[in-house]
Amino acid sequence: MLLLTLILLPAATGAVAWLSPSARWRPRLLLGIAAIHVAGTASLWWTQDRSAPEGWLGVDALGLVVLTVVSLVFLAVSLYSLRFLEHAKVQGARVFISCLLAFLSAATLVALAHHFALVWIGMEATTLALAPLVFFRRDRRSLEAVWKYLVLSSVGIALALFGTFFLAAAQVEGRPLILGDLVQNAATLRPGLLRAAFVFLLVGYGTKMGLAPLHSWKPDTYGEAPSPVAALMAGALTSCAFLGLARTVEVMAAAHQAAFIRPPLFALGIASLVLSAGFMIGQTDLKRLLAYSSVEHMGILAIALGIGGAGAYGAALHLLNNGLIKGSIFLAVGNVVLLSGTSEASATRGVLRRAPLTGILLIAGLFAVTGSPPFGLFVSEFTILGAAFHAGLTWLAIVMLLLLAIVFVGMARLILGVVYGTPEAGAGPVAEPFPLVAGPLVLGGLVLILGLYIPPVLQDTLARAAGALGGGTP
Amino acid sequence: MQPSHDVLLLLVVLTNFWVLGTTRLSSMIRAAAMQGLLLAALPIALYPHASLHIVGLAIGTLLVKAIVLPHFLTRAIREAAVRREIEPLIGFTASLILGAAAVALAFAIAPRLELPGTPSGMLIPVALSTVIIGLLVLTTRNKALTQVVGYLILENGIYVFGLSQAERVPFLVEVGVLLDVFAGVFIMGIVVFHINREFDSLDSARLTELRD
Repeated sequence: MLLLTLILLPAATGAVAWLSPSARWRPRLLLGIAAIHVAGTASLWWTQDRSAPEGWLGVDALGLVVLTVVSLVFLAVSLYSLRFLEHAKVQGARVFISCLLAFLSAATLVALAHHFALVWIGMEATTLALAPLVFFRRDRRSLEAVWKYLVLSSVGIALALFGTFFLAAAQVEGRPLILGDLVQNAATLRPGLLRAAFVFLLVGYGTKMGLAPLHSWKPDTYGEAPSPVAALMAGALTSCAFLGLARTVEVMAAAHQAAFIRPPLFALGIASLVLSAGFMIGQTDLKRLLAYSSVEHMGILAIALGIGGAGAYGAALHLLNNGLIKGSIFLAVGNVVLLSGTSEASATRGVLRRAPLTGILLIAGLFAVTGSPPFGLFVSEFTILGAAFHAGLTWLAIVMLLLLAIVFVGMARLILGVVYGTPEAGAGPVAEPFPLVAGPLVLGGLVLILGLYIPPVLQDTLARAAGALGGGTP
Repeated sequence: MQPSHDVLLLLVVLTNFWVLGTTRLSSMIRAAAMQGLLLAALPIALYPHASLHIVGLAIGTLLVKAIVLPHFLTRAIREAAVRREIEPLIGFTASLILGAAAVALAFAIAPRLELPGTPSGMLIPVALSTVIIGLLVLTTRNKALTQVVGYLILENGIYVFGLSQAERVPFLVEVGVLLDVFAGVFIMGIVVFHINREFDSLDSARLTELRD
């Protein structure tokens, strides 16, 4: 019952918000639902392993981690949107809020679905729910961005559906496409069809994650979408897409296909790291920079899945860290955009003096997102690199370290240039209202805590997630 | 005498070539609508002891793929007043030849897949060739609207493939998939309308402002 409520309530509220004549209540409705969703998700941590009829829905460790990321990032984005919609002075608040709520429903469905076709339905719905928001500014650039986003994502996700049908065809025993039954009867799956299914699901959900070379929609979309929407995409949407891939890996691992999935995961992962590092050097736009950072981290996640062992634990932890920090830093960049009207880095100087909290958020975000101590991403990347060494993949670890160093240089150059320096003449300090900084501060704070201390309940959950992925704890 | 489902599948292949060969957008949409009609009849022909599930699938497909979406796309081109697919990236003859190659390839690959329990030997090759031709239209045509039709063809191919598993996939799931496809094409159609108004053209090749 709780699971169904979590899935259906946001969509129902979205419909109400769409129909309601009062513009004043809509943002509060959004915030209220976001808070309820966080509370519901939190309660799942205490009573894990629920499942709904016929095993279609359920809470498992990895799904719970994704749901938590979605829920927290969504709350921060909702709070931010209260103020953002006032700033943007737009007529589109109705579409904005309804689409956000529809997205929350779809993302929750992905996190809780234990049926591969339901995962697909949820993924496609998340894509469509955010499309009108990419086109929020209604100019030529956003039109181009939304077209690329729609066409590439739709084709990618269509191929994932193709893979889902292959998976159904590969199955001999158990209820069709139910995750638990697939894993339990993994030994009886037809290997040829199973491999075909994996390839299509990898390409499909890989496109949604934005793994290179399937990432080309990502910089344009993140660059043109309003900052809170981009934060939701980079934090929540990519986490859901990763879950789609991870579900497939769970089945592959149970069917002893780890050797088969490794080369394609490594290839896409390394391509993502190389490409994002290359495009970060010389990048001039903050939001596009973060889009490439998202490509980079999806690459790290793909590699971690390929390594297996402790890499699987690292992947689950990295997923959590990456989702939270992307939400934080994208909202902080959103403040810069509100400050100077553009995400072009050259247009802004001295954010630290004009808006100190945003400046601090940007600096902290930079170090966190590039995997520096004491932030959580340092721990998860360290775990993944350690797993690579442990698995005898020294070359892989060295390649990753080199590329991560390049990424650091590329990001630091752009972000530090915006944070420090003397503001232009006449550009004085600005107020930083609570809704615009509270969300990113909390998300960033959580990533900092995760770098210092991982509570036992989380450790246990991550270990179970890693176990499902065919790996173990470090 | 061929069984009826094989005749239907053959006609699906013919509609694919119709899409590839035509220069007029309206004709292309008509081909897609015709294909939708064939796809609606297909589940009933494949599974004659029609359960409620199969009939529901047929009706849903008929509504979405043969009636609502073609109607909607036709309206989109009428408002855009652009009728011809000019200057595709590869010529029409070349794309017909590529389409034929796709069909040959699909028939060569399909037996190797050894899919269990398929009701017709032609189902999988037709599905694969439809998927490939859909991708071909998507990647080689410039008009945004043509690309939407390409996406529809791609989805149709996957739908045909899914029919091989129709009895194992629950009805609710099929409804969800159909709704998603419907919403996807609908939103794409709206964007096409805006592209036309903004650029005074349906040409997605003009979308080149965003790059690194």
